[in-house]
Amino acid sequence: MIDFIARRLIAIIPVLAVVAVFVFLMLRLTPGDPAAVIAGDNATSDQIADIRNKLGLDEPIWSQFAIWIGNVLQGNFGESFFFKKTVAELIAQRVEPTLALAVCTLLFAVSISVPIGVMAAYRQGSLLDRAVMGFSVLGFSVPGFVIGYCLIYVFAIELGWLPVQGYVRIGVNFWQFLERMILPSLTLSVGFVALISRITRASVLEVLNEDYIRTARAKGLSNRVVLMRHALRNAAVPILTVIGLGIAILIGGAVVTESVFGLPGLGRLTVEAVLSRDFPTIQTVILLFSVVYVVINLLIDISYTLFDPRIRY
Amino acid sequence: MLSFRKSALAVIAAASFSGLMAAAPVQAQTLKVVMHSDVKILDPIWTTAYIQRNHGYMVWDTLFAVDEKFDVKPQMVEKYENSADKLTWTFTLRDGLEWHDGKPVTAEDCVASIKRWAARDSMGQKMMASAEGLEVVDAKTFKLKMKEPYGLVLQSLGKPSSNVPFMMPKKTAETDPMQQIKLEDVIGSGPFIFKGDEWKPGEKIVYVKNTKYKPRAEPANGLSGGKVVKVDRVEWIAMPDIQTQIAALQSGEIDMIESPGHDLLPLLAKDKNIKLLSFNPTGNQYAFRFNSTAKPFDNAKVRHAVFVAFAQEDFLKATIGDPQWYKVCKAPFVCGTPLATDAGMADVLNGNAAKAKQLLTEAGYDGTPIVLMHSTDLQVLTNLAPVAKAQMERAGFKVDMVSMDWQTLVARRVKKEAPSAGGWHAFLTSWVAADILNPVMAGFFNASCDKAMFGWPCDATIEKYRDQFAKETDPAKQKQIVEDLQKYWVNHPTHINVGQWYAPLARRNNIDGNLTAPVPVFWNVTKK
Repeated sequence: MIDFIARRLIAIIPVLAVVAVFVFLMLRLTPGDPAAVIAGDNATSDQIADIRNKLGLDEPIWSQFAIWIGNVLQGNFGESFFFKKTVAELIAQRVEPTLALAVCTLLFAVSISVPIGVMAAYRQGSLLDRAVMGFSVLGFSVPGFVIGYCLIYVFAIELGWLPVQGYVRIGVNFWQFLERMILPSLTLSVGFVALISRITRASVLEVLNEDYIRTARAKGLSNRVVLMRHALRNAAVPILTVIGLGIAILIGGAVVTESVFGLPGLGRLTVEAVLSRDFPTIQTVILLFSVVYVVINLLIDISYTLFDPRIRY
Repeated sequence: MLSFRKSALAVIAAASFSGLMAAAPVQAQTLKVVMHSDVKILDPIWTTAYIQRNHGYMVWDTLFAVDEKFDVKPQMVEKYENSADKLTWTFTLRDGLEWHDGKPVTAEDCVASIKRWAARDSMGQKMMASAEGLEVVDAKTFKLKMKEPYGLVLQSLGKPSSNVPFMMPKKTAETDPMQQIKLEDVIGSGPFIFKGDEWKPGEKIVYVKNTKYKPRAEPANGLSGGKVVKVDRVEWIAMPDIQTQIAALQSGEIDMIESPGHDLLPLLAKDKNIKLLSFNPTGNQYAFRFNSTAKPFDNAKVRHAVFVAFAQEDFLKATIGDPQWYKVCKAPFVCGTPLATDAGMADVLNGNAAKAKQLLTEAGYDGTPIVLMHSTDLQVLTNLAPVAKAQMERAGFKVDMVSMDWQTLVARRVKKEAPSAGGWHAFLTSWVAADILNPVMAGFFNASCDKAMFGWPCDATIEKYRDQFAKETDPAKQKQIVEDLQKYWVNHPTHINVGQWYAPLARRNNIDGNLTAPVPVFWNVTKK
């Protein structure tokens, strides 16, 4: 197991190297000039050139890359072109809302989707099954921002139960934190619930036809025990895989959800950085997202061993 | 017994309530506003972006300021005089001016501030090019000595929009003009104090009332007069999504939106709790900018043909829609301002395709496709380029409209390469009226070749008029120069003004006191 973890951690290095080169080149080769953005609309060409010089953007691309990657290897991710803060500081400021959103969404999505997926499989062809399948089609089809606006309209404007936007840090006021997390995590959960419930249903259906389930039933075990201890546990591996892959959906969804609900998280930081061509920030955030994605999937791989004793690394 | 209990409970409840009421602290009045953008940069001299200008007005004060009619009035200055030979200007500061750290504002601070501003601002550069020097006389007095009479000293020092000559402490003003000031140097003498410890880029920026600020005695008028702050705290909340802004305003989570977007105005207009207010009566002006170095726009007659082909209302209908929020106005220095005039404009902007075609034939236009940059992500600009394309094609131009996001356009417009090699022929943008009040201030009138803004027009006659205007001290003669310039410019255009438009702010009904001014300011604003 330790060998496996070490191998997987070492495998992160080439992944990050490819991501670093790719992101760096994409940013430099796509149109857009951060100096022009910083200078403002009334700036002259000379003023823009001065700013470009100060930012080191007039250096050859290979030289800019060498400087950046050298700094990254020393743990220095550079300074944002706009905020006059180090990128590390910026990310530290923005990580909490995104982390909170991701955790709430995961908790919400898993706690809803797994039970309804199991129930849909157990009652295959029933009204519940068709409702779950219908919901999952809807969840896949409706864009997150539309769901977000609908939830805002109903729960914030019409009913006035929840705030429209904003974020209160968990340490400042827990209840205000919670009420500001409900709508964004609900929004982000919809697609996730659709995905996991569908996969759960399919996996459990497959398992329910196995001989050992029939044996368990023949032994007189209750439906709950059969479903939870035997069916779900054996159906867990594909479900966990989908949850791991779904982290990418979560990251992508956070970008939109944070913008709709005014959450000052990493998703919005990414959008702001892309729109203003803040190269150091974009590069670092994308590297960070890559690390998170790879590490979470490693954890998912490790967790397979808890559900399926046949899997050994 | 029951009734006694009820009475006792009522007495206790009443006593508790009155006790609570007596003990409750007076709640600070906080104004929560969504501005058109988040504040990422804190130095309003380093960049010309409007959000930094607005931030500047919160923290720093100005020597002079314009009123509603764009007349320049003293602000930090108590008195000023121009010598009989018109070469020496003497300025004396008001008593009691203080920086937010408690130190007095001195003439030295102002001299250093003017120098830093002039290093960045085109109007400042022009003024200082005519100046012999700035000299501190005493703690409250300084002199500006000119080499020759200069007619725009007060207009320059009272410039309402980017870059605004904000006065900063000497230590801050001595920062290299090409470098941003530091976070800890965001110390002004203005009506609000910036709360550096609460600034969270991407989340909010906070200002609190400067209780030591001494407003002028005159009532607030435009950007001039007494800057009396009537709320305790102003928070500019970063909220990029317009739909969310509207929902937050409707639910009362925020008090005001600076720029709610024209397509959602009907929704806000229907809400009885919200008022739309056009605080900036001169608004903004759309402009079609030529690259005067690229064929065929290096030929003035071809540029003039575009002027003849265009009709403003089509642009305005396509982008703004509701006539309540736009105005057909041929005056390039903006209708409703002192230098507004239609001189020379009778034959242009009438959508005369036949005349434009004839001009193109006379100019020998060879059918070179016009590379028209079309920005697609800013709602107030998106529909302009398709209208320009249609009107130009009607006149016989071939137009290659290239769509891109605004930041790509911003990067491409500084490229001097041939249009076929990554350069450009034309694009459309918008100016805040306060930026284009006269030919020296209006960047697109600068025709000084490589020193001009992107488009790089090179026209000695326009430059001669601009110089004459700058040196003329008599307003009547200045107006005459503008008329002469305009008559010449129509036939040798550097750009085309394609209409005036207004962006109202949206506020809840408990908010009042927004001033009519070219910049959204927050003194005088009340919250009930």
